[in-house]
Formats: sequence, C-alpha cells, structure tokens
Amino acid sequence: MSRPEPVSAAVRSLAGLLALGLGTLVGWVVLTLPESTGLREAVAAQMDRSGVTHPVTAVLLNFRGYDTLLEVAVLLLALIGTWSLRLAPAERSPDRPGLVLRELVRLLVPLLVVIAGYLLWLGAHAPGGAFQAGALLAAAGVLLMLAEVRPLGRLSPAVLRLLAALGVAVFLAVALLVMVQGRLLEYPVAWAGGLILAIESAATVSIGLALAYLFLGDEPRVGSGRGRAG
Amino acid sequence: MSAVVAYGLAGAGLVAVGLYALVVHEHLLRKILAINVVGNGVFLVIVAAAQRGPGVPDPVPHAMVLTGIVVAVSATALALALAVRVRDATGQPRLAVPADGTAEPSAGRPDGAAR
Repeated sequence: MSRPEPVSAAVRSLAGLLALGLGTLVGWVVLTLPESTGLREAVAAQMDRSGVTHPVTAVLLNFRGYDTLLEVAVLLLALIGTWSLRLAPAERSPDRPGLVLRELVRLLVPLLVVIAGYLLWLGAHAPGGAFQAGALLAAAGVLLMLAEVRPLGRLSPAVLRLLAALGVAVFLAVALLVMVQGRLLEYPVAWAGGLILAIESAATVSIGLALAYLFLGDEPRVGSGRGRAG
Repeated sequence: MSAVVAYGLAGAGLVAVGLYALVVHEHLLRKILAINVVGNGVFLVIVAAAQRGPGVPDPVPHAMVLTGIVVAVSATALALALAVRVRDATGQPRLAVPADGTAEPSAGRPDGAAR
C-alpha cells in the first residue's frame, strides 16, 4: 500500500498486548489440559451401528450428521450470497491460455476426477470423504476456468443451480425420510452405509461446483458466453 | 514436550498473530487473511486437544474441525466477494470513512477495473 498505515502506535501496542495476552492464555490452556480420552470410547462403542468403519466419517455423517447437514447448507448459502452481490464478471485476458496450461489441464483434470471418486469411496474406512473429494473436483473446475475450457458450459444455469443445491437436497431428503422409522437423521442400521454413500456422492458434486463457482464470483447466466465454469 | 503440545502451542501463536493483524490492518484482504490465520490457530488447538494421552485420538474434535474448515472457506469466499463489492462501490478496499465524514461516490473508482 502506498498510503501510510493510519493505525496509531497506541492502537498497535494495545492490539499487541491483547494478542499476546490471548495467545498466552490459549497456550496455558493447551499446556494444562488434563489427560482424557474424550468421546473416543463412546464413538468406538457405537461404530458397528454407523454403517462405516472410519470413526471420523461415522461422526460426520451419522452421529453428528446434523452438523454436516448445516455445513453443506452454509456452503450453499455462501454461494447464493456471493451470486446475489452481482459482481462484475472477471476481466478476460486478451491472450489465449498458454500451451503449457492447456496441456497440463488436459492431463490433470481426468486424474483429479478419478482421485476425487477414489477419496469419496475411501471415506467409509479411511481418511477421505465428500469434502476432500469435492475440493479436488473444485480444483479441477478452477483449472478448467483458467484454461478457458468449459465442458459444463452448455448446461443451462438452472441445471447448474440444481446441481449446486443437490447435496443439501439429498441430505435433507434422507434426513426426513428416515423419520418414517425413527427420528431425524437416525438411519436404520442396515441402510446406514448406503445412505451415507448417497449423501456423500451428492454432496461431493455440490461442494465441487460451489467451491469452483465461489472462485469465479459471478453467477452462471443464460447466453452470456462467459459461463466458462468446469 | 510432545509433538501434540507443539501443535497446540503453534495454534495459540497463530491466534495471537492473527488477532494482532486483524486489528492493525485496514485493508479488507488483510483482515480476511488475518481471520483465517486466527481460525486455523483454533483448528490446530482443537486437533491437538483431541490427542490427550496414549492411543488413537478422539474422532469428534477431528470431525468438528473438518466441518469448521468448510464453513471457514465458505465464509472467506463470501467475505472476499463483499470486499470486492465494497471496493467497487467506494473505490477503497477498506471500511474506514474519510476524515470529512462523507463516503466517496461510486464513480470514484481509481483503478477503473471491475475486479
């Protein structure tokens, strides 16, 4: 910044003291935490009813499914909020993307999609799952945008919006449908694995799309010729 | 000192550094970055707190942090879009009101670029 910082020395030293105090407090808490197993035993005791074998996935999609449902909704809300700001479309560089970028995208994008599918499947029994897979899909989407390739460019904006909402819709539908036999988000044990996979698959698509479009900033429009999303 | 305690202390340090930067920097991009540094410090502390004692860590804090990361990314994206909008509307990438108390008209965009 060319302008000098207008924050006065008094504010700086006060902020420094505040930050130092808070950092010391948190550090002291870290050092004095009592030894504990937390909720590890409680999770382990219920693992065989969760439908998956990885404890973090079991907590995310089953025991604390409510958190994850709201989290997917927050992501969708952020996307709707960003689109509603109606930012000006990004300035397009007059130069075409270079040969190296285009060839790199050609190599990387199929690989990213395959690894995303692998991570999605892996989530049931090892670190992985919908969010990691969705992040990879979003990376593929951003690469495609940078290379100005648009495999999804022919889809109408309405379809793209539906895909962005698919994760929340499927999650909510499953959450409500299992109420026939029990309570909200309490999956029947026999179906839990399949239901979790269905939710995660839908969430992966929506997360990838939402993150990629958050990178782009402006919403897909009809016939704008600029829907260069991946 | 175990590695887990080192993670926790690093998290505490990140919280302090991020809080300081959040206060002293006016530029909205720097503020958004500072909030992210604070948030990642909190994530580190929570992940470190999941491993207290021998054996595998408690999965619940890990799931909480995973949820938190996605929420933080969503909030960051929305904040960045809002910051761009503020700059487009006022010509300034900061929230401070000029000394004479009048907001600049939207035409006063010095760099002329939309983004």
